Amino acid sequence: MVLTSRGLSRRLIWIFLFTSLAMPLIWLVYLAYSNQLGADPAKELVDELGQWAIRFLILTLCASTFSRRFNIKFLLQHRRMLGLYALLYAVLHLLAVSTFILGWRVDLLIRELTDRPYIMLGMAGLLLLIPLGITSTKGWQKKLGRKWTTLHKLIYPAAMLALLHLVLLIRASILEAIIYALLISLLLIERLFRKRKPKKR
Amino acid sequence: MLIGKSSKILSSEITSESAYLSRRSLLKGLGLVAGATSMPSYALTQPKSSDLPLYPGPDWLRPKLESAKTTWSLDEELTPYDSVITYNNFYEFGLNKEDPYERAQNFKTDPWQVEILGEVERPGIYNLEDLLAKVDIEERIYRFRCVEAWSMVIPWLGFSLASLIKQLNPTSNAKYVEFVTLEDPEQMPGQRSLFSTIDWPYREGLRIDEAMHPLTLLAVGVYGQAMPPQNGAPLRLVVPWKYGFKSIKSIVQIRFRETMPQNTWRLTASQEYGFYANVNPTVDHPRWSQATERRLPSSLFNPRIIETQMFNGYEEVAPLYAGMDLSKWY
Repeated sequence: MVLTSRGLSRRLIWIFLFTSLAMPLIWLVYLAYSNQLGADPAKELVDELGQWAIRFLILTLCASTFSRRFNIKFLLQHRRMLGLYALLYAVLHLLAVSTFILGWRVDLLIRELTDRPYIMLGMAGLLLLIPLGITSTKGWQKKLGRKWTTLHKLIYPAAMLALLHLVLLIRASILEAIIYALLISLLLIERLFRKRKPKKR
Repeated sequence: MLIGKSSKILSSEITSESAYLSRRSLLKGLGLVAGATSMPSYALTQPKSSDLPLYPGPDWLRPKLESAKTTWSLDEELTPYDSVITYNNFYEFGLNKEDPYERAQNFKTDPWQVEILGEVERPGIYNLEDLLAKVDIEERIYRFRCVEAWSMVIPWLGFSLASLIKQLNPTSNAKYVEFVTLEDPEQMPGQRSLFSTIDWPYREGLRIDEAMHPLTLLAVGVYGQAMPPQNGAPLRLVVPWKYGFKSIKSIVQIRFRETMPQNTWRLTASQEYGFYANVNPTVDHPRWSQATERRLPSSLFNPRIIETQMFNGYEEVAPLYAGMDLSKWY
């Protein structure tokens, strides 16, 4: 493959983005490894992974919005990576809960899944993201055509489920939930307006 | 000893300075003496060598702590000092577990006054020092189970609440005891937060028979020294068979009442937190299981998940709740 200068800079951007998005994970692994997650590292790790999953979901939604509104192609080109990272952090979040908090005790796992609305909501959000991850490749995009766009709208309910999952976990402070809720609603409202415009013409 | 000359101290009992110093360095080497501060009697549980601050406490309290005897012990591994003083739920100082340690170090806990009021013969505002004048301090090693499903084993220093209540002489109308934490937004940043769902000051309560139970402790210290501010200095409740939030910190008011008092978490979310809050593996919190707990400090590959015991293993309190449906009175 011949690398043109444009191709090279794209590749550099890709590498830069790829590593920066992995930074929270590397940082968490470092903290865990050096015993800096405090007396209850499991809880800390689970919370952080979950929050990063939501943050990356929000960034993924931002990518479409900003690339359309301000014609920044570069964002759309890397949207897939953002989405896949959101999925990665969500899956790691679930694995961390199962491993470090529930110790893979099947009885506890089943009960958590069947008894607790916040876990069901979070799980549903994660399940919605899985087909999006699988069909994120160029091949699937071509194969599915227009259906691909429709399918990938599943990110909206997924984001809302993740948000609800977080809201149901609130103990005493509503600050983070408010910020995430505000961002997600703004991004979803923007999409409603975007769709209505062509109809009016 | 020479005949005819009596000396109160035998010369053989006097330790030479060099022996004293070498003994001390040996103890230090073993991690028995932490830091340079002189610490109370070695019979008490001491922190293993730690880089974290120590809390010798006010002058008037120190001799009381030093003469404390261990009256309640457990055959379980203690949670290390560093975890006990840096991992705290004390929302007055912030919502993160490390916030109280980071923000409470300048919290002024001496002098301290406690107001006693309600159905009691001797109401009034007492200096903590006077309130403690007639009580003996004991060391008691208790399990501590948080409603969030983590737990510790902590060597408290304190006295039975019953011994104080007997001095105060409540009237026959005193069916409940209510406790209130200090409200001081200047010193307590968490009370200034705009996003908190808690209505300050923090309050808790016990039924009078729970308050009189010999296990119920008013604690003034931990790990052989005074109570660190982040752990609820200078005076906090410890009710080992109930979830941690019942063990109210930095108490400024004790009221004897005829009716059941409100408590902060019940006010915040009554479907999740009740008045009794007895540790009970069979009654789950609506959002998580209470069947197991993580004994801290846990590490990722050794999460130390253990079965939660009924009444946190203090079965002797069961008669207090005879005939009560504990899933209803959670």
